[in-house]
Amino acid sequence: MSAMEHVQDNGLLRFLTCGSVDDGKSTLIGRLLFDTKTILADTLSAIERTSQKRGMEAVDLSLLTDGLQAEREQGITIDVAYRYFSTGTRKYIIADAPGHEQYTRNMVTAASTANLAIILIDARKGVLTQTRRHSYLAHLVNIPHLIVAVNKMDLVDYDQSVFEKIRADYLEFAAKLGIDDIRFIPMSALNGDMVVDRGDRLDWYKGPTLLDVLETAPAAHTEKAEKFRFPVQCVCRPQDSANPELHDYRGFMGRVESGEIAVGDEVTVLPSGLSTRVKAIELYGQPLTHAVSEQSVTILLADEIDISRGDMIVKTAEAPEPKKQIEAMVCWLSETPMDRARKYLIRHTTRESKAMVAGIEYRVDINTMEWVPADRLAMNDIAKVAFKLAQPVFCDPYAENRGSGAFIVIDESNNNTVGAGMIV
Amino acid sequence: MTTLTKTTLSHLDWLEAEAIHIMREVAGQCANPVLLFSGGKDSICMLRIAEKAFRPGKFPFPLMHIDTGHNYREVVQFRDKRAAELGERLIVRSVEDSMKRGTVVLKHAGESRNKHQSVTLLEAIEEFGFDCCIGGARRDEEKARAKERIMSFRDEFGQWDPKNQRPELWNLYNARSHKGENIRAFPISNWTEMDVWQYIEREQLELPSIYFAHKRPVVLRQGAIVPVNVPLMNGELTNLPKPGEEIVELQVRFRTVGDISCTAPVESDADNVARIVLETATTTITERGATRLDDQTSEASMEQRKKEGYF
Repeated sequence: MSAMEHVQDNGLLRFLTCGSVDDGKSTLIGRLLFDTKTILADTLSAIERTSQKRGMEAVDLSLLTDGLQAEREQGITIDVAYRYFSTGTRKYIIADAPGHEQYTRNMVTAASTANLAIILIDARKGVLTQTRRHSYLAHLVNIPHLIVAVNKMDLVDYDQSVFEKIRADYLEFAAKLGIDDIRFIPMSALNGDMVVDRGDRLDWYKGPTLLDVLETAPAAHTEKAEKFRFPVQCVCRPQDSANPELHDYRGFMGRVESGEIAVGDEVTVLPSGLSTRVKAIELYGQPLTHAVSEQSVTILLADEIDISRGDMIVKTAEAPEPKKQIEAMVCWLSETPMDRARKYLIRHTTRESKAMVAGIEYRVDINTMEWVPADRLAMNDIAKVAFKLAQPVFCDPYAENRGSGAFIVIDESNNNTVGAGMIV
Repeated sequence: MTTLTKTTLSHLDWLEAEAIHIMREVAGQCANPVLLFSGGKDSICMLRIAEKAFRPGKFPFPLMHIDTGHNYREVVQFRDKRAAELGERLIVRSVEDSMKRGTVVLKHAGESRNKHQSVTLLEAIEEFGFDCCIGGARRDEEKARAKERIMSFRDEFGQWDPKNQRPELWNLYNARSHKGENIRAFPISNWTEMDVWQYIEREQLELPSIYFAHKRPVVLRQGAIVPVNVPLMNGELTNLPKPGEEIVELQVRFRTVGDISCTAPVESDADNVARIVLETATTTITERGATRLDDQTSEASMEQRKKEGYF
C-alpha cells in the first residue's frame, strides 16, 4: 500500500508564465515553488549566499530560476526553462518564457505545450505593449485559459482602484482578440499575497488565489469533444519471435493525439482510405477497451491493411481531407530568414513532406496586431503563409485541434527546426 | 458523432505515455539508436517504458553502459541480470579501456573517472555509428538541465551548445542528424525524483539492493557521508579512508547511483519503496545536493561537463 495512494490524483497541468524580470516573473515562480515546499534546504541556502553576495537584504527568490552560466553572466533569460512542482493532488510543469521582444519564438515554443498562461502585469505600469504582445501570442497558440496576474500590488498600497483600472483596460483590448476565459488576480509575489496563501492585505479581493485557479483549471483535452486522430509512429511485427501466436501480430503503435477510440469502432486508414474495425487496443500485453487523448497504446485492426509510420488512423465518420496545399500562421524561429526559393521539410504529426512557400499573405505586427505586407520572414516574425506540399497531410484547423493542426518547418541543410506552423 | 468522456490521465500515466511516445519517435526517426542503461533507478524506469513501448517486439535498440570500472558491484550485477532477463543485447564499454588507449588520462590515480565517461561514450558512439543515445536524465536534477531539450543536438565533437539547440514545439520532435552528429533523447525529462519513485512503486520494479537502507562503513568528509573500503567487481577495495579518518558504520541508502568516487549515500531506515516514497516527500535536501560530490565543485560544473559531451 503506497503512502501516497490516498491522495486524489488530479492529473497534470502545463502552464506558461509570460512577463519580464521587471514584472517579477522570476519572483512569482520562486514564490510558487517556495510556498508549495518545492524548494529544498540546500537550494535555499545557495540562493541565500548569492543574495548576500549581491548585497540584498531578503532572499531573492528570482535566483531560483536563473539558469545557465552564459545567461547569468548576461543577467537575462535566453531560453525556455521548465520547472516542476506538485501539490500532492496535481503535478505542474511550468514553461518559463522570457519576455523580451526579441524572444517571440521562445514564447511560442513555451506556449505550444501549455493549457494555461499567466500574463504578468506590473501594477504600477498597467497594460503595456508587452502585455498585448504576450496576450496575442497566447491567443495565437490557442491557449484556452488566461490568468492576468496584477503583480507588485505592494507598491501601489494594495489599492483596489488600480487593479480595477487595469482589469478594465485589459478587457477592452482582449475583446478585440476574442479571448474567452480570462481571470484577474491582484497579488504581491514578493510578499506572497494571493499566490499560494491569501495574505491579509488584499481583503477586498474575494476571488481565488493563483494556486486555487491552477488546481481547478481543466487539463488539456478534457473540455470539448475532439475527433479521433492516431498518427502511427511505428509498426510492431515480432515475426521472428519464438511464440507462434505472434507470427501474424501487427500492432500499430502511437499516441492518441485527440479524441478517443474503442474496440469495435469503424476506422479508416490514411492515406490509403481503406476501412476496417479496431480488433484490440493494448499496452504491454494488457488489453484495453478504449483509449483516450494522450495515451500511448498499440492498436490492432480486424483486416490486414498495409500501414506504415506517417499514416493516420481516424474514425471513418470523421476523416479529414488529405491536403497538399495548406495555409498557416507561421512563427519563424531561425536566425536565417526564410528563403522563398528554397524547399523546406514539414513535419506534421508523424509525417514528413517537402514543402515550397507558395506565398506570404501578410505579416502580423505583434505590437499593434495590424497586418502588414511582407515578402520575407525573419526570426520572430509571424505571418500567414501558404505552402505547397509534395505529400498530402491529414490535418484539421489548429483552432479545432492543436495536435493535428500544428507542424514544424525543418531546414534540411542543417536539420534545424526553423519555423512553427498553425494551420488556418 | 463523437461522445465526450472526461477522462484525465493520472500524472504517472501521463508521464509514462509521453515517455513511450518519445521512445517510439526515436525508433521511428533514427537509424541506429542506443539506450544508455547503468543499472540505476532512472534507467530501470526507462527499461520498463521501452517494454511498454515495444513489446511484444524486441527493442529497436541495444542497451549500453559506460562503465567507469568504479561502479558498485550490486549495480553491475543487477545491470547484467536485468539485460539477460529482458533478452536484449547489452554493450559495455569501459573508461579503463580508454585509459589503456591513452584517450583518458587521469590527473592522479584517485581522480574520479565520472567526467571521463564522456570520452568513452563518444568513442563508443563512433565505434557503433550510433545516431541517437537515449538517456534517463531529468530536467529537475540540476539547473543546467532545466533548459535541456527532449531531443538534444550534439555536434561532431559531441558538444552541447546551449545557444544552438533546436526549438521544440508541441510534441513534434526533431531527431534528425547528419552523419557524425548525434542526438541525445531524454524520455523522462519531465519526471522528478518523486515521480521516479512513485513509478517504481506502481510498476513494482526491482532495484539494486544499495537503494535500500543497509549498514555500510563510511567516513564523514566535509559534511558528506563517504562510503569507504568498497569492493569492486574484482574484489579489490576502493575508496580507502584517508589517514586519520574514523570509520563508522551507518545505516544508509543511495538516492542516486554512479561512480563510487562521487556518489554518497544518505542516512535512512527506508528498507522498501513505499518508505522511500515517504522519505522523498519529506526530504529537505535535493537529490544532487545530498549525494553528488562532483556537482558541488562549482555551481556551473554540470553545464561545463555537458559542453564536453557528457549526457
